[in-house]
Amino acid sequence: MSENFLVKKYKEKVELLENNSILVDASDWKEISTFIFKSRFDYLMCITSYDLEQDNKIGLAYNFYSTKSKEYLEIRIEFEATTKVFSIAEIWRAADWHEREAYDLMGVIFEGHPDMKRILLPDDWDGHPLRKDWKEPEYYNGMPVPKDKTYWE
Amino acid sequence: MTSVVDSLLNLFSFTGLDNSILLILVLHIPALSIFLVMVVNATVAVYVERKVAAFMQDRLGPMEVGLFGFKGGKKFWGGIGQTIADAIKLLTKEDIVPDSADKKLMLLAPFIIFIGAFLTFIAVPFSQNLVVSDFNIGVFYIMAMSSVGVIGIIIAGWSSNNKWSLYGSMRAAAQIVSYEIPIGLSLLLAVLVVGSLNLGDIVQWQAENRWFIFHSPFTFIAFFIFFISVVAETNRTPFDIPEAESELVAGWMTEYSGFKWAIFFLSEYANMMIVSIVASVVFLGGWLSPFAIINVGIPNSWMIFDGPLIGIIWLMSKALFLIFVMMWFRWTFPRLRVDQLMYLCWKVFIPFCLANLFFVSIWELIGGLFFK
Amino acid sequence: MYKVLDKSIIGADEMVMNMGPQHPSTHGVLRLKIVTDGEIVSHIEPIIGYLHRCFEKHCENLSYEQIVPFTDRCDYLAAMHMAHGYSIAVEKLLGIEELPERVEYIRVILAEFQRIASHLIAVGVFGLDVGAITPFTWTLRDRERIIDLFESVTGSRLLYNYIWPGGLAHDLPPNFIQKANDFLNYFEPQIEEYNNLLTTNKIFIERSADIGVMPVDVAINYGVSGPTLRGSGVPFDLRKDEPYSIYQKFDFDVPVGEGLMGTVGDCWDRYYVKVLEMKESIKILKQALNSIPEGDVKAAIPKKIRPKKGEIYSRYETARGDLGLYIRSGGKNMPSRLKMRSPAYCNLSVLNEISAGWMISDVISVLGSLDIVLGEIDR
Repeated sequence: MSENFLVKKYKEKVELLENNSILVDASDWKEISTFIFKSRFDYLMCITSYDLEQDNKIGLAYNFYSTKSKEYLEIRIEFEATTKVFSIAEIWRAADWHEREAYDLMGVIFEGHPDMKRILLPDDWDGHPLRKDWKEPEYYNGMPVPKDKTYWE
Repeated sequence: MTSVVDSLLNLFSFTGLDNSILLILVLHIPALSIFLVMVVNATVAVYVERKVAAFMQDRLGPMEVGLFGFKGGKKFWGGIGQTIADAIKLLTKEDIVPDSADKKLMLLAPFIIFIGAFLTFIAVPFSQNLVVSDFNIGVFYIMAMSSVGVIGIIIAGWSSNNKWSLYGSMRAAAQIVSYEIPIGLSLLLAVLVVGSLNLGDIVQWQAENRWFIFHSPFTFIAFFIFFISVVAETNRTPFDIPEAESELVAGWMTEYSGFKWAIFFLSEYANMMIVSIVASVVFLGGWLSPFAIINVGIPNSWMIFDGPLIGIIWLMSKALFLIFVMMWFRWTFPRLRVDQLMYLCWKVFIPFCLANLFFVSIWELIGGLFFK
Repeated sequence: MYKVLDKSIIGADEMVMNMGPQHPSTHGVLRLKIVTDGEIVSHIEPIIGYLHRCFEKHCENLSYEQIVPFTDRCDYLAAMHMAHGYSIAVEKLLGIEELPERVEYIRVILAEFQRIASHLIAVGVFGLDVGAITPFTWTLRDRERIIDLFESVTGSRLLYNYIWPGGLAHDLPPNFIQKANDFLNYFEPQIEEYNNLLTTNKIFIERSADIGVMPVDVAINYGVSGPTLRGSGVPFDLRKDEPYSIYQKFDFDVPVGEGLMGTVGDCWDRYYVKVLEMKESIKILKQALNSIPEGDVKAAIPKKIRPKKGEIYSRYETARGDLGLYIRSGGKNMPSRLKMRSPAYCNLSVLNEISAGWMISDVISVLGSLDIVLGEIDR
């Protein structure tokens, strides 16, 4: 399996989860990501951010693919919401927009990203809506947000 | 060849007025006629363009809009109400002037373009003796007046205070000024052979010899260079980069609407008409019947097909065919890029034009030595 | 020629232009912030989000069945693909291995028709972007027939809500096979017409060949997929490499860009790959229509979709590229997180890399050849 090479190299630092994904600590991510890129995983498919709904923790799932050996790899990082995560945008350029999206919707802060700003939501948006504790605001830009949604739903 | 103004002066000489006063009064008739021709031309051309597009592109719209419930459907007059609806829409539309635009210049620009087209019509003959004023420098005058419009285009682009308009007008200026040169050099061939700038003399030469396009192989090439260049000068596809819809929104016309835009439209179609007529007059025998193509072995009795009245039909059919070809181009070709357009003009057309000029001179020289 | 640009010679100021969100050729509400020096573009920043409809937030509050119509609205030009990709992902999550044969056949037939319809739009709009209007109306005319077929099957013309997790909404209408075959017989010669009109047009080649060249390493590093990646010469197609549904049963090729008119990976290649893919889709359709079995299309639809705790990442080859769906189930009837990796989102991010240094007209060509749909980018 494609996961084994990583487990072999970083025995203490990684943890193999049940669906063959690998849990990595946020502080080791810089070292491990460079290693993954150098091994054979040249194609970053997706970065998913998710809310763990406990201890104010959020997670990231990186899905890699190797166009040479046709292998898959999924890396997970789970961390406190205030932790800064190493940005891989300089390694896989595809990560640029995916990381901006993770910041925009989930509030993950990436360190070393070339252009960290919102991508889908307007610049004056408040908060990160995919967090489970996100509340609909009372006002948006001074306009009251309608509460009665009888005919909307 | 007499002109319309001369005929009118003769006609009204019985009033006994002073000639200069009479001239001022009489001039209104051709002026109004030109305006009428421009308006009718634009209306008909819009309708024809719509129908040509519909036939080439399987568009269904231009079968539907009728007058008073009379639709027409698949018949060729189907959709005739669209022209009227278009005209009413254009005239009643709100005239939007952007807040930061230069309002006086923005108002001035359409009229400069219109005047350019209007003044050109003075020297454009519709048939023998049917020309407002018979200049002895007709070709030169048409060249000069048709390039007045570019001033209006630059003013329109600048005064709109819109970056797309500015891009469009700069492109238009570069394009029109460049393509004047191959047009001028191609017309110069006719002037060289005939020895006159008068359009009447040029047609007279063709009546005595043959259509100018068949004068020599070089004039045959020159006609195509001329025609492609005038398509470029009238900003039509594939040379419509100044108003390239998918790039510059609408180019220098982006901020115009309503009546001012209608005037641009009027001038654009008037320019198409002018260049088609000039191409027909200079290269395709003008108001002569097609029997005079090579002028060999035609019985004299066939000459009844030539004359001032029937000539207008010949000239118009030639011009309308050229206009149709322009529309055909428009619905067939993609658009060139701005540098490719300049390449075509400066590195292809102008060298060919200069070579043409040289070889036609030689041709005339040798022909003069051997055949006379 | 002008790719090498030494700014110190010109010494001109740069101008920032806003192309969009209201612009005829940005394919929707995309805004491009273009830094130009005269006609030459030095930097492009795509600004997206004008069509953001909170798809992922919605998914967290909807049951799995209710999400299907929402996926249709993401890529509205290939709605069938989105629903198909989503259904495959949910089936994976539920552990449904086997579906009735007829369901798979109908899904593949409709997906391939959808691919033709979507590529027709892409081909026509690319022509429109470089200034040729007729190809657009011709391709729309032929797409209309496919839409008619879809209407006879699903009842709607753009957003179908037809492919459900585990099955289909209902069976095909009685004379569908006949109508589909009629269309294919009509459509096959039409591709030659497009080639005569646009593909081999000299001006079109001038405008698209050698322009916006995307090398293979750039394409892979940016996560580009679909016809855009294949235009760069990478023969990667999920239908061939990791066949989902029943694609392994059919015989078809994966066309790649070969640089026939210029360099491998230029706009012309990306365009021509789509034309060739339509031919391949016709191949698949002919095989599928001839061998479609009988069966019950609703047999495998689960009564209740309530997957166990766990995560799934599923890939699907849409008309625009590699659709990825990361679904995280919390054991309820609603996903706790659904992330869509939309192909056009990744394809658009490469725009600055391949079109900086070219002219404004070329940016339009490159954008047209990338074939983006804003509904899917903004979600």
